[in-house]
Amino acid sequence: MRIGIPRESRPGETLVAATPKTAAQLAALGYDVVVEQGAGAAADQPDSAFIEAGIDIGTSTEVWSSDVVVKVNAPTDDEIGLLRRGATVVALLAPARSPELVEKLGAAGVTALAMDAVPRISRAQSMDVLSSMANVAGYRAVIEAAHEFGRLFTGQVTAAGKVPPARVFVVGAGVAGLAAIGAAGSLGAIVRAFDVRPEVAEQVESMGAQFVTVDMEQEVSSDGYAKEMTAEQEAATAAMYDEEARAADIVITTALIPGRPAPLLVTADTVAAMQPGSVVVDMAAANGGNVAATVKDERVVTDNGVTVLGYTDLAGRLAAQTSQLYGTNIVNLLKLLTPEKDGQLTLDMDDVIQRGISVTRDGEVMWPPPPVQVSAAPTAEQTAVLPVEKAPTAPPDPRRRAYAVGLAAVVFLALATLSPAYFLPSLTVFVLAVVIGFYVIGNVHHALHTPLMSVTNAISGIIVVGAILQAPIDQPVVQVIAGVAILLASINVFGGFMVTRRMLNMFQKG
Amino acid sequence: MVEFVQGAYILAALLFILALAGLSKHETARRGNQFGMAGMGLAVGATLLLVLDQVTSYDSAAGWFGVVIILVAGSIGAVIGIRLARGVEMTGMPELIAMMHSFVGLAAVLVGYNTWIEVADFAGSADGIHNAEVFIGVFIGAVTFTGSIVANLKLSAKMKSAPMTLPGRHLLNLGILVLSAILLVWFMNADGWGGTAPLVIMTVLALVLGFHLVAAIGGGDMPVVVSMLNSYSGWAAAAAGFMLGNDLLIITGALVGSSGAILSYIMCKAMNRSFVSVIAGGFGSDGTVSGEDRDYGEHREIQADEVAALLADASSVVITPGYGMAVAQAQYPVAEMTRKLREKGVDVRFGIHPVAGRLPGHMNVLLAEAKVPYDIVLEMDEINDDLPEIDVVLVIGANDTVNPAALEEPGSPIAGMPVIEVWKAKDVVVFKRSMATGYAGVQNPLFFKDNTQMLFGDAKDKVNEIVAALG
Repeated sequence: MRIGIPRESRPGETLVAATPKTAAQLAALGYDVVVEQGAGAAADQPDSAFIEAGIDIGTSTEVWSSDVVVKVNAPTDDEIGLLRRGATVVALLAPARSPELVEKLGAAGVTALAMDAVPRISRAQSMDVLSSMANVAGYRAVIEAAHEFGRLFTGQVTAAGKVPPARVFVVGAGVAGLAAIGAAGSLGAIVRAFDVRPEVAEQVESMGAQFVTVDMEQEVSSDGYAKEMTAEQEAATAAMYDEEARAADIVITTALIPGRPAPLLVTADTVAAMQPGSVVVDMAAANGGNVAATVKDERVVTDNGVTVLGYTDLAGRLAAQTSQLYGTNIVNLLKLLTPEKDGQLTLDMDDVIQRGISVTRDGEVMWPPPPVQVSAAPTAEQTAVLPVEKAPTAPPDPRRRAYAVGLAAVVFLALATLSPAYFLPSLTVFVLAVVIGFYVIGNVHHALHTPLMSVTNAISGIIVVGAILQAPIDQPVVQVIAGVAILLASINVFGGFMVTRRMLNMFQKG
Repeated sequence: MVEFVQGAYILAALLFILALAGLSKHETARRGNQFGMAGMGLAVGATLLLVLDQVTSYDSAAGWFGVVIILVAGSIGAVIGIRLARGVEMTGMPELIAMMHSFVGLAAVLVGYNTWIEVADFAGSADGIHNAEVFIGVFIGAVTFTGSIVANLKLSAKMKSAPMTLPGRHLLNLGILVLSAILLVWFMNADGWGGTAPLVIMTVLALVLGFHLVAAIGGGDMPVVVSMLNSYSGWAAAAAGFMLGNDLLIITGALVGSSGAILSYIMCKAMNRSFVSVIAGGFGSDGTVSGEDRDYGEHREIQADEVAALLADASSVVITPGYGMAVAQAQYPVAEMTRKLREKGVDVRFGIHPVAGRLPGHMNVLLAEAKVPYDIVLEMDEINDDLPEIDVVLVIGANDTVNPAALEEPGSPIAGMPVIEVWKAKDVVVFKRSMATGYAGVQNPLFFKDNTQMLFGDAKDKVNEIVAALG
């Protein structure tokens, strides 16, 4: 099958869906890859580099008539018209927010796969384009803010006076937010961050920022995205946003709710109360923005001198790298879709990833997919890939255990009463020694299991004492047997202690 | 004299307790071993004095012959034991320990028979409880004996490590137990030589039981089995203590027995396995082996010099060794590689799975032998959280302990076992001889992950090549 990589038609778009490196990887999966002339120019991926990598450069018509068209932005109406019936198109389609596009793709009889609809499960991380792009965008948001900001980020004490560090407030601790926290922190700023999902506090702190809390009950996210809040929660949170934003020099907002317009978090009043020279970067501008003053794709300066950046192409401003990352996500997706590595794209609707990204299939609208549970344990890392069905074992009836213990005690008492007098003192000693044995081992260091075992092995050679006591008995058979027993047990005693000593001598601290 | 010996026994028992307690920490481990030796010396010395005292007072030829036997047998045993301990390779440690357990088991059987012969020869009839003590001591000893031999054979690869699954094996075990209980009643009521039949039949049954119990357990569970046999050998000694009325044997046997049992339990927990099901045998044989003919995709190969380049560029490296490192004797080159990387400023640490190797702590012993500082050798739980930040993980001869199927595939025979989550690191290099499966017989999806590369060949040769390439 042929994969076509078209030039992006959106004005100002710098990205390309494949770099020479990823195009070669696609070719290795058995596909014929055609890249439109000049497709990678804006991302510093010249045609010559593609040719060097053995990739064909073709015309627009050649590319759009391919079996699979891979691009960055959703195809325009004209472009949909260029697609062959039965072809597959892979792009960022935002299916939840653009029902008309889904309709049109369906009507065109194509299979449309949305790269931005990859379920956020561990197995799919290698194709999670939102994560890889958000990471770059978060970094770039800080760089843009630093560029606009009229001061140093880092605090200094110089001969010419003290410079306070910049205060950065990040809203939303997703991938973009965390990347922004990291970038701002490494420039020397004091970073505070908030997210409606309390479980990310640990991640925020791990990046060196302080997690701002709001005193209220919070739901834990089950699908890896934040949810919209109730009115009550909203009021408390709004007050916090206001307070934090006023105190901050830089505010970076990243709050998105899937399939909905971005929530308005920073009001016009709050922006009006910020210090002149402060910078707000609204990373949610594409979806309506988190900040009242945001204008999509524009730099706005408010009356009180606050700069509000509504750039939506933050990732595209690092075009070469973002294209490489996007291209790699594409390669990983096609690896999944080309299990035989024979250049034949196959869709398996039983696979949650493939089902999740399928917006239309041969003209049939498949959106929306059934929900995917991301993680069973909300606070833990996403180690559980798929919900593991585990039949809960019925807890044993506590009364049954009590009966068993009681019965055992009665049986024991009966036996003890019937047993000869000499037996009981020995039994006492035995029982106490068992208990000591349990406790003395306690928290044995794992590395010492083997030496411990070999020393107990040596000690169990104590049976030699029994054999020694039998040796002088005036019965030849008993004496011979005792001799053999002594021989065996003393091998144990000497060998066990020697081995233990050898092992312990090797342990050393460096 | 008897009072003196009793006092010595009490001191010896205390020393043994101190020995076990000392062995649970690095700092006190060596002293613990010395306590153990001192305790043993005291116990044996006091017993010898007691015997000499009795023999000189009766002055019988048989008595003096007994002393000669004690000295000769003891010396031969000492020489053999010391030679075994000196000569054993650290990789052969599990087999040696398993073998030694069999000695204790056999000694317990012999002492039990002796006790019985001694009484029976005088046509006397001991009371039922005493007979029961003999019977139980012989039973435990016999199970320990054959069980340890099978464990030794499996560990030294002289016997197939796969679990032997006879139809109705649990019934077979249960049958032997019930039959032995019936024989016990018979034996308790038998006089003089009349007990011969039940005792001998039971011994044979117990030998079969020991063989079958351990044969039914897969190689992957051998660490638990060795520890369990260690526990049995303790119980055998305690049983001997009961029949001889010797408190030192009871105390020491009970100490070893219960500490061995708790150690096995700790290990079972580390593997997320039920204690009972491991002991009852048949690890991995009940569940359906999933994904046997599934397509996992293709693995990627890497060469030693590329690994060296990868390591030189890394800032943090974790090495997870397994039994393969022990087999290839690669611990010295691994230590050398570690030293070189640390000199270059690379942060090298080791992640050890609780059941890596064929004995708990097996890897620690090997690494210690090669002089890897023990403070960079971490446990699975200590290293797992750090793995996402690690640049390169080297998996040297480990397989099941790094198998993501344990977490991801509910149908897998090793499902639920905690594993070292190496696949979270940026790059994983797996040292392996071939694409064969590990002890549990499960395919490992790790080998087919995007960030995994395979380095085929003998681990020792390959690590040596890497060391050379590091310069």
